[in-house]
Amino acid sequence: MIYDREYETMPRDELEQLQIERLQTTLNRVYRNVAFYRHSFDERKINLEKIKYISDLKELPFTTKEDLIRSYPYDMFAVPLRDIVRIHSSSGTTGKSIAVGYTANDIRHWSSLVARLLTAGGIGEHDFVQISLNYNLFTGGLAYHYGAELLGASVIPASATSDIEKQIIFMKDFKTTALISTPSYALAIANALDDLKIHPDELYLKFGLFCAEPWSESMRTKIEEKLHLIATDNYGISEIMGAGVAGECQEKNGLHINEDHFIVEVIDPKTLTPLGTGEEGELVFTTLTKEGFPLIRYRTGDIASLIEGACPCGRTLVRMSRITGRSDEVMLVNGIKIYPSQIEEIFLKLTNRVPRYLIVLGKDQEKDTMEIMLEISGIEALDEMKNILHYRDRLQQALEAATGVQSKVLLVETDTIQRMETRSKIIDRRCE
Amino acid sequence: MLRIRNVVAGYGNLTVIRRASLHVKTGEIVTIIGGNGAGKTTLLGTIAGINQSREGEIFFDNHDITKLSSDKITSRGLSLVPEGRQVFSSMTVLENLEMGAFIRYRKGEKDEIISDIEKMYRLFPILESRKHQQAGTLSGGEQQMLAIARALMGRPKLLMLDEPSLGLAPIIVQQIFSIIKELRSFGNTILLVEQNAKAALNIADRGYVMETGHILLEGTSKELLENKDVQRAYLGKEYRRINE
Repeated sequence: MIYDREYETMPRDELEQLQIERLQTTLNRVYRNVAFYRHSFDERKINLEKIKYISDLKELPFTTKEDLIRSYPYDMFAVPLRDIVRIHSSSGTTGKSIAVGYTANDIRHWSSLVARLLTAGGIGEHDFVQISLNYNLFTGGLAYHYGAELLGASVIPASATSDIEKQIIFMKDFKTTALISTPSYALAIANALDDLKIHPDELYLKFGLFCAEPWSESMRTKIEEKLHLIATDNYGISEIMGAGVAGECQEKNGLHINEDHFIVEVIDPKTLTPLGTGEEGELVFTTLTKEGFPLIRYRTGDIASLIEGACPCGRTLVRMSRITGRSDEVMLVNGIKIYPSQIEEIFLKLTNRVPRYLIVLGKDQEKDTMEIMLEISGIEALDEMKNILHYRDRLQQALEAATGVQSKVLLVETDTIQRMETRSKIIDRRCE
Repeated sequence: MLRIRNVVAGYGNLTVIRRASLHVKTGEIVTIIGGNGAGKTTLLGTIAGINQSREGEIFFDNHDITKLSSDKITSRGLSLVPEGRQVFSSMTVLENLEMGAFIRYRKGEKDEIISDIEKMYRLFPILESRKHQQAGTLSGGEQQMLAIARALMGRPKLLMLDEPSLGLAPIIVQQIFSIIKELRSFGNTILLVEQNAKAALNIADRGYVMETGHILLEGTSKELLENKDVQRAYLGKEYRRINE
């Protein structure tokens, strides 16, 4: 099933015309209404009238998370505040917030885009959709709620409660046919079913849409086997809109991006040059219809690639791969965001320097594990064994206090990490 | 049906259209709204070949018509009803309608033309009762109806209307707009330029908002009617709210 056949199966030349028209109107509006963009374009002497083709986008500067943090709360809004009907915000663990405003038209578009993804994931008006995502400043819960209602489905706003058993009771009592949650939450539900000795066939689940975390094919297989449903991947980012940016169809081979509302680019995060289809890099989005909070070339920090070729489902919208990582190395550990910078701060606090270190993420049962290897050479205080053990314990405590995640600290000899020749500070073994 | 990309146009040293891209699909009613001097009339004139674009491309029915003359464009099925209802005032209503089918007459479509005139009389009954009257003696609304009917006599694939509501009483505007809406059921595709944003958006499928030679907004009529900027600038909504 396709929710919006006209746009989702639009011939590419028509789509390109639509994108150009919408890009030009968006540029005209941000130049007129958003001081940040007006200054940014004027400073670089950019003549917006020269932006004639989608490929001309590369002449424009990027928008970064830092730009949004600096503009907090309202400086990037493109309409008067009285036109805003909703505000979402994400704060992350760095403690720096961003705020995103939506007009009534934005909410309507958003709902219809989510309805597309729900349809692509197999859900229809006769389904009972249990939304086990947080309903708050985070966009997930409300986005799927509005989209599912627009679709005409029966919505169960379960939210992501810590009481998993209650979720299962809802599923049994309300005969839930579709589950929307993070993949790790779905696995937690699956494990609870095991514990409660409930066979998945006692439930009525048919479809699951999973979002807000990177996950793997093997995790998909596990969720599908344990919950007896068809699991599809969804992608959204609150700065751009939230859920509704891209989602998988029943082919389960890449996420269709709603290109009539967003232009996607993939760039090399180091050189910032655009990459071709199939090449892995950082996703960059430009909004085409947002009224309240339009963004030009927003760097998401998410690493993925675009997939070549037509999809058998009939949609002409380009597909992207799963998110394979983050360009700024933020880690999601059991749903908690952790930046390497946070860990470095703790090193600094305890020993006044940042030693050479490596974070190894793994999986134990269904839970994420975090191990931190660090080289002890050069830390004067660690000459004696008892000091070393003391340091390790203090570090483990401090890390847990700061990040909320239990980690294991592994002290290693000089040059151990250097010899491993990893470019990144993080090794993620969770998807292996 | 019509696809315009990056059109820049103006008169002499004056640039009126700074960069416009838009499209009209077969069977659609699309409106361009905007204030005085936004460039709407210039844009229609540029599409119709009355003035030449300096940059950009205009495709009609998959043919590049950017550099074609206005008569060549008309004969391809693109017809413009200009602002100010320019009817032949010393000719009768009937003669005006016949003039509208002049190209077809030369092609020998005489019988079809006669039946089309009957069709016009059904669409605009007032024109039948005035058929032997000189066009110059008609009221403003009747002249506008005649201008539209005359353009329809050429059986255009795309009909472009420039400010059909200009200078007409509200009741007449309503009549004309309900006829424009009806034209769609005859299979006509329409590009409508209007300052009367509310009337235009009420009958159109989609719209573009123009300001100082730029297109600022694009969307379905419903979206544009719900847009607060459009409401403030063109629908007088805030004004009413303050007064209420």
